Amino acid sequence: MDGFGQDFSAGGSGGKLDTGTIMEQVKVQIAVANAQELLQRMTDKCFKKCVGKPGSSLDNSEQKCLAMCMDRYMDSWNIVSRTYNSRLQRERARM
Amino acid sequence: MDNFDYNASEKAEASELQRMIAIEQQKAQFQAQVHTFTDVCWDKCVDSPGSKLDYRTETCLQSCVERFIDTTLTITNRFTQMVQKGAH
Repeated sequence: MDGFGQDFSAGGSGGKLDTGTIMEQVKVQIAVANAQELLQRMTDKCFKKCVGKPGSSLDNSEQKCLAMCMDRYMDSWNIVSRTYNSRLQRERARM
Repeated sequence: MDNFDYNASEKAEASELQRMIAIEQQKAQFQAQVHTFTDVCWDKCVDSPGSKLDYRTETCLQSCVERFIDTTLTITNRFTQMVQKGAH
């Protein structure tokens, strides 16, 4: 608890706001929400791609498909993230 | 209950915190957009997930993001013109 405060606090320990702890909590909350969003969309897409007529359990091929689908979805997410970032930088350079 | 009379340095800390939170919010908005783009472009570009994304699929994803943004701008601009001309 003390360690976080040292890195991020603007002033000393006399202020009313523990800036470091608050920022840690904000970042964690945002990261959790981001992971939840990813999981929800990935589950939706990969269920559609990998599971045909739902049986009494997920068979081997469905399991393999789901694993590959997850990896490819995250690869896609990274490509989209880089592309969007580049586009934003290009637009900013034009302004 | 806290005493909410802030002195100058505490006010400075509070606005620094606001600034830092605004930065994280901006990052979160970026992430949210990436989720939207990935959702749409996955459907357009990926048929069956293989052991890696081939070159064609990668290119498709990149183009998809660019064209989706272009589409957003086109629609926004045209809609703005329509509103200014008094169309409903």
